[in-house]
Amino acid sequence: MCLGIPGQIIAISDEAIQTGIVQVSGVKREANLSCVVPPDGNLQSLIGSWALVHVGFAMSIIDEEEARRTLEILAEIGELQEELDAMQHGAQG
Amino acid sequence: MKFVDEFRDPDMARRVLERIHAVVEEIPTTAQRPLQIMEVCGGHTHSIFRYGLEELLPDKIEMVHGPGCPVCVLPMGRVDDCVAIAEQPDVIFTTFGDAMRVPGSKKSLQQANSDGCDVRMVYSPMDALDIARKNPTKNVVFFGLGFETTMPSTALTLLQADREGITNFSLFCNHITIIPTIKAILDSPDMVIDGFLGPGHVSMVIGKAPYEFIASHYKRPLVIAGFEPLDILQSMLMVVEQIRDGRAQVENQYKRIVPEQGNSNALNAVGEVFELREFFEWRGLGSIDHSGVRIREKYARFDAERLFAVEPAHVADPKACQCGEVLKGVLKPWECKLFGEQCNPETPIGALMVSTEGACSAYYSYGKIDVRQAV
Repeated sequence: MCLGIPGQIIAISDEAIQTGIVQVSGVKREANLSCVVPPDGNLQSLIGSWALVHVGFAMSIIDEEEARRTLEILAEIGELQEELDAMQHGAQG
Repeated sequence: MKFVDEFRDPDMARRVLERIHAVVEEIPTTAQRPLQIMEVCGGHTHSIFRYGLEELLPDKIEMVHGPGCPVCVLPMGRVDDCVAIAEQPDVIFTTFGDAMRVPGSKKSLQQANSDGCDVRMVYSPMDALDIARKNPTKNVVFFGLGFETTMPSTALTLLQADREGITNFSLFCNHITIIPTIKAILDSPDMVIDGFLGPGHVSMVIGKAPYEFIASHYKRPLVIAGFEPLDILQSMLMVVEQIRDGRAQVENQYKRIVPEQGNSNALNAVGEVFELREFFEWRGLGSIDHSGVRIREKYARFDAERLFAVEPAHVADPKACQCGEVLKGVLKPWECKLFGEQCNPETPIGALMVSTEGACSAYYSYGKIDVRQAV
């Protein structure tokens, strides 16, 4: 819940409510992008960026290297699979 | 230092550790009394145990594991309130998975679910809102908990429900705020903390400024820290250097994630939806002024506390449970009488054993060998 998980923003799903699709280790789910909207308001420019995602909300844009290292550490402390399962479960539920 | 080889940059970790050892030797007071350094955040607690960082630090540094695991500081009475709401007719109660197994005085949410209540784990408050859209004849309640890291997500979800005119969604708000809690710790006569590792992801939302009083008023250093072992060691070095130099400042080791000003979009949403409560009850720490938030009057129609007329129940923790002492750093997890035998991650009695970010669960999972030696 508190550590979050890095996901790559691969599409914008709804400009009006500021949601997009993030992908992490093959799992895709919708995420809210309100907290990372760029100053010019252009959501499309976020596509391809990595974000730290907390409970379905992108909270901070991070670089790819940071994303990779964070995924590694989540795997090492045993949180990665749990987080992925929760994401997938939520997406289906 | 064999563990250091596991680190991503072992040479750097060794160098940082050597410097920490050298700096601590230059602090004369450590000859009489070890430095007490608190990591506020449960994510840091988990990393510290997973990587055995306490073993690598000088004996003259004692880690005090702080209250920053939201599930761990949840009083039993609040779990009872959740169960009481879940037991109402036509309610679908939704919660993060972490809260499912926290014991209430009679049952946990997981047990309530086995007993026929409709309790569903969700990954995100947005999933709870989706359940509300798909079940218009049910009242869907989301159990909002966590510090400033998750507060924006529930605020934004509530605002979304408002925009869509959804009437069957409400929030049982148990969000807590870290700053008054750190202040309560600093004011507590039981605890003498010399410096803090500040929470990373809370700070990503609130920024650096809210901590300034810790440096200016209490003259204690705080370093906002990342979660990798090397982040924690570097932050520790920054803390002990401040102590050696007689400085007290708020520094930010986690600049790659934490902007000085925090996240304004997130803070705006939080400010729109929530206001401070006069006080909030914490497990182990008791009632702390202004340490929780509630939903503003303007959004009362989304407030489960008002809709279900919840009167916060005060329930004492089980007598033998010493989570409170462990939370305050007065006892080490293995010194609790219940640790390991009666209370373990499979059958937790206290909340510190439930969450992987709880000090007891972390000790149990990673510290077993040392604990056996200690007993």
